[in-house]
Amino acid sequence: MQVTSSVRQPLVTGGKTYHDVTHDVSRQVEGKPSLAWFLAFLTAVGTLAIGFIAVAATVWEGIGMWGLNKTVGWAWDITNFVWWVGIGHAGTLISAVLLLFRQKWRTSINRAAEAMTIFAVICAAMFPVLHMGRPWLGAYWALPLPNTFGSLWVNFNSPLLWDVFAISTYFSVSLVFWYIGLIPDFATIRDRATGLRKTIYGALSFGWDGAAKTWMRYESVSLILAGLATPLVLSVHTIVSFDFATSVIPGWHTTIFPPYFVAGAIFSGFAMVLTLMIITRKVFKLEDYITMGHIELMNIVIIITGSIVGIAYITEFFIAWYSGVEAEQYAFINRATGPYWWAYWSMMTCNVISPQLFWFKKIRTSIVATFALSIVVNIGMWFERFVIIVTSLHRDFLPSSWAMFYPSWADVGVYLFTFGLFFTLFFLFAKFFPVINMAEVKSVLKSSSEKAAK
Amino acid sequence: MERDTHFILGVYEDEDVLLHAVEEVRSSGVKIHEVYTPYPIHGLEHVLGYKRSRLPIAAFLFGMLGTTLALTMQFYMMRFDWPMIIGGKDFAAFPDFIPVTFELTVLLAAFGMVGVFMISSNLKPWAQPRIFDVRSTDDKHIMAIDIANNSAMEVDKIKEILKSSGATEVNNKSFEE
Repeated sequence: MQVTSSVRQPLVTGGKTYHDVTHDVSRQVEGKPSLAWFLAFLTAVGTLAIGFIAVAATVWEGIGMWGLNKTVGWAWDITNFVWWVGIGHAGTLISAVLLLFRQKWRTSINRAAEAMTIFAVICAAMFPVLHMGRPWLGAYWALPLPNTFGSLWVNFNSPLLWDVFAISTYFSVSLVFWYIGLIPDFATIRDRATGLRKTIYGALSFGWDGAAKTWMRYESVSLILAGLATPLVLSVHTIVSFDFATSVIPGWHTTIFPPYFVAGAIFSGFAMVLTLMIITRKVFKLEDYITMGHIELMNIVIIITGSIVGIAYITEFFIAWYSGVEAEQYAFINRATGPYWWAYWSMMTCNVISPQLFWFKKIRTSIVATFALSIVVNIGMWFERFVIIVTSLHRDFLPSSWAMFYPSWADVGVYLFTFGLFFTLFFLFAKFFPVINMAEVKSVLKSSSEKAAK
Repeated sequence: MERDTHFILGVYEDEDVLLHAVEEVRSSGVKIHEVYTPYPIHGLEHVLGYKRSRLPIAAFLFGMLGTTLALTMQFYMMRFDWPMIIGGKDFAAFPDFIPVTFELTVLLAAFGMVGVFMISSNLKPWAQPRIFDVRSTDDKHIMAIDIANNSAMEVDKIKEILKSSGATEVNNKSFEE
């Protein structure tokens, strides 16, 4: 028997019963899609199609289509890669870390957040794959496959290879975690349906019958998966940061990177969850499940992680000065006052200053302000990666080779393509999958709202 | 050989009533076939007398397998099969092998455990589960009692026990097999 303090606000409002939960969530899957959904979906598919031109051009002509030059060899593509991977951190954090901490409010947002994670990681993977130039040979470069050169194996000393393992493991474990949670909800939809839908959701539900023994095993699996996914989620952005931190480039060669990247990832991930959830709750009328309480708690996570990121920026500056290394000092002075000063100060404003507005209760409980700030945070986090990557490279060791980076149309197009891909997948998910974990919401319903038991 | 399997179903609406009902029904000597619930109920496995799941052990063993495979693979490839000097490092650069070892440990532990879970709970896309009552995935808890396993007791007596334990409905269910 779980007891929840009466001072806590209810997690589900509106006096919902168990049947109401089933009905409110399944309704979206069972009904015809609304006009708004169609328009949004077509916009996403249209963006995907336009962006595909840039992807096709990149594969056909090679990565010379991008704006890279001999000084700045990594820019827009890896910025987008790190940005998408960062966004992909919130889902598993919500479902795994908050499960271990027994934060019950996660139950109504974990499904959509995990879906977002999976789609964001797919978008992230586009960039390294395209940067290979000849992606059809990529498996030989990324995986230790036997080949006719020896076999000449991949280099296990390289952080880029660690990344391959980290991201593919993260993707597949998150996918499994997400799907295990979906099985009982697919069974709910199966038992309400007839005809073709019953067959499809019957297959998707893997013959789930809700037996007490299966639930016992399910709980055991969820807990262990959460225990495995928690270090995994921290390891992914740590290893992404190793791509930079293990190099000897001033501005990249910093031991602070792993925790700083992880905090930034959670920061941007929660912002993206907020952007999507505010729309989803409105369009699907789920305001009783994703309440103001949820939004406020996520905003608090944003203040904390945003402040950690802010401290990291200041620490980097301090350490650059304190190290006495001239190259290191120049890299940071150049960041703040060099030709990319506008990128640096956009990052500072969006990531460090504007999230502090959430200290005001009025702002963190306002839908409009939260929605606007969640987008501002993601713009800021994009600039953070751009600043770290491009400003550390563009003025390298020889002033004669200093250069600027300008994105080409193909750079922008590939980024657009991933946006199209992300939203196409998200809209399909929102229509055909239960967007809220019905079984888990039901399991907290009784302890968090008195009316529900009646 | 076709045989009808007969069950008596007790339908419960509240999880706490259900937990007490399971204890009562079991103590009065009725063997419960299984309880079907729309969401996990903590403590239900204890009152039903189920042994703790051994899935964590499976996860641990698969994790160990992952660690072993990852380390063996990396040492074999980097130290023995094709040693190369990379950045002046040792061929067997153990610290560099940790990230991949960690990832493969997690990967095998997760997939191995989930695979064992799927097999042990008979979860597969083509599975045809016995649905005792479609409301068991919506808002009702269903306690199924197999008459064949309780031949010592009268059917009406079992129904009486279910009613007095708090069941809001008591139904019959047969599957043709």
